[in-house]
Amino acid sequence: MGAEFVQLSLTPLLIGIFAAIACALPGNFLLLRRQALIGDTISHVVLPGIVVAFLVTGTVSTWPMLVGAAAAAVVAVVLIEIIKRVGRIEPGAAMGVVFTSLFAAGVLLLEQSDTSGVHLDVEHALYGNLESLIWFTAEDWSSLTDPRALAGLPPELFRMVAVALGVSFLTVVFWRPLKLSTFDEGFAGAVGIPTTAIGLGLVITAAVAAVAAFDAVGSIIVIAMFICPPAAARLMTNRLERQVLWSVAFAVLSAALGYVLAGYGPLWLGGEHAVSAAGMIATVSGIILALACLFAPHRARVGAPKGT
Amino acid sequence: MTLAALELARDEGRIAPFPADQSPLVIRELTVSYGDKPAVFSLDAAIEPESMTAIVGPNGAGKSTLLKAALGIVPRLSGRILVFGQPISQSMHRIAYVPQRASVDWDFPTRVIDVVLMGLYRELGFLRPVRRHHRERALACLDRVGMADFATRQIGQLSGGQQQRVFLARALAQNAELYLLDEPLAGVDAATEKAVIDVLKTLKVEHRTVVCVHHDLATVGDYFDNVLLINGRKIAEGPVTTTFTAENLQKTYGGRLATAHIDELKLPAAS
Repeated sequence: MGAEFVQLSLTPLLIGIFAAIACALPGNFLLLRRQALIGDTISHVVLPGIVVAFLVTGTVSTWPMLVGAAAAAVVAVVLIEIIKRVGRIEPGAAMGVVFTSLFAAGVLLLEQSDTSGVHLDVEHALYGNLESLIWFTAEDWSSLTDPRALAGLPPELFRMVAVALGVSFLTVVFWRPLKLSTFDEGFAGAVGIPTTAIGLGLVITAAVAAVAAFDAVGSIIVIAMFICPPAAARLMTNRLERQVLWSVAFAVLSAALGYVLAGYGPLWLGGEHAVSAAGMIATVSGIILALACLFAPHRARVGAPKGT
Repeated sequence: MTLAALELARDEGRIAPFPADQSPLVIRELTVSYGDKPAVFSLDAAIEPESMTAIVGPNGAGKSTLLKAALGIVPRLSGRILVFGQPISQSMHRIAYVPQRASVDWDFPTRVIDVVLMGLYRELGFLRPVRRHHRERALACLDRVGMADFATRQIGQLSGGQQQRVFLARALAQNAELYLLDEPLAGVDAATEKAVIDVLKTLKVEHRTVVCVHHDLATVGDYFDNVLLINGRKIAEGPVTTTFTAENLQKTYGGRLATAHIDELKLPAAS
């Protein structure tokens, strides 16, 4: 059991957890800024981004994909701003228009281009390949101290840990200006906080987290983790500091419980095959949100009209 | 200290004035656009030190935009803003700002005391920890607006008037020389209105300068020394007694203000 767990489950579990944390942290602020759909947008526009990167470079290696995805995210954010300003359309609708059309363009591009020989398809984009990120070189728990075995860890793990740590660091360092400009942009500007730069930095951080997580775990988890843990956390407390901690706890719980349920749940129920871990993790986060809506202590005021 | 005691202290010279050799706020040829359409055209104004000035005009006259441009938080197309003789980038710390209450989401997960502590942002910066003396100062500011008992409440639990007082307390924490307030009396109860006005009068006695966007024509004469009437352009500027006249109001509001309404106001007799 131990050896099998270390080899097959430990790394996907950790990657899932770090991906969830990296997305949930910026998700808290996006939610409070009524920009939660940004996560949806970014994770969808990643598809055309990686297709274009593939067409340009002709390979499916990681870095061109990441650069392509990040570039697509920036293009999407700029497009949303343009549509909002020129079209005078409310932000939610602008985001909806951008991500559906870009995602559709990505599907068309994928269909028209000769990508049949490579592992690049819509399904992969949605569900990722969490279960395949196994640790080949591990034998049992002692591999954790064996440099040769550690060298065989999937690179996605290091990327995801680095991004999760980076996002956490930024959240701590920019906490005050971020909180202040999220609550009261006018006042924040009047005390010298560069609110536009802070807002853009938040979206870019979210985009980096989404792209890194997308690469490892697919866009379903990304979309779910930007919204579900922060929204459930908001219902648990009336203080932002605690909300962010709750959101991290919910993200970890969703990832761990979702992964275990996907792997073993069907067996317990008498089925034969495991189900998609990404799908199950997203489902668990949704269930946590539903439970929070029903039973959390501070659910009364959420959704109350502005300024009451 | 009560207002009367403060006034006595000032008259006896016991409250040192700020070095106010220049006007707290000078606006020159200011033009600002809001979206595509210009909101403020070529506006000149100078605010008198240690006074209370009301900015009055119809909806969409550019009152809020004028304040925001003075603070440097909306870009101006042209013109100059001088705060105590310096550009805004160098004098930001001398201004406190109270935005419109409805401009923020009061469901935001934070407590009253945390909002007031935001007024100390320039001191605390990114990472300096909030110490006991910071908290005590924030509490003292809440006390001045009669909200000390609400320090640990979530802001969503406050009434409109209480929210307004919390915003005022945050501005007090900024300990500035020039206070710019956007409709601080809009939609508040009578007790809050009195509390806010008392605090603003105290600020004036402490040699500070107060500028309010104000919507209630009936109280301009009671509360303010000076008035700036605008409707995109400046209509008139000066002491309430000579400037806040039926003629100027008619010019400011065009046909939108019924003559009967103007007659009801206790306006100074046109000289």
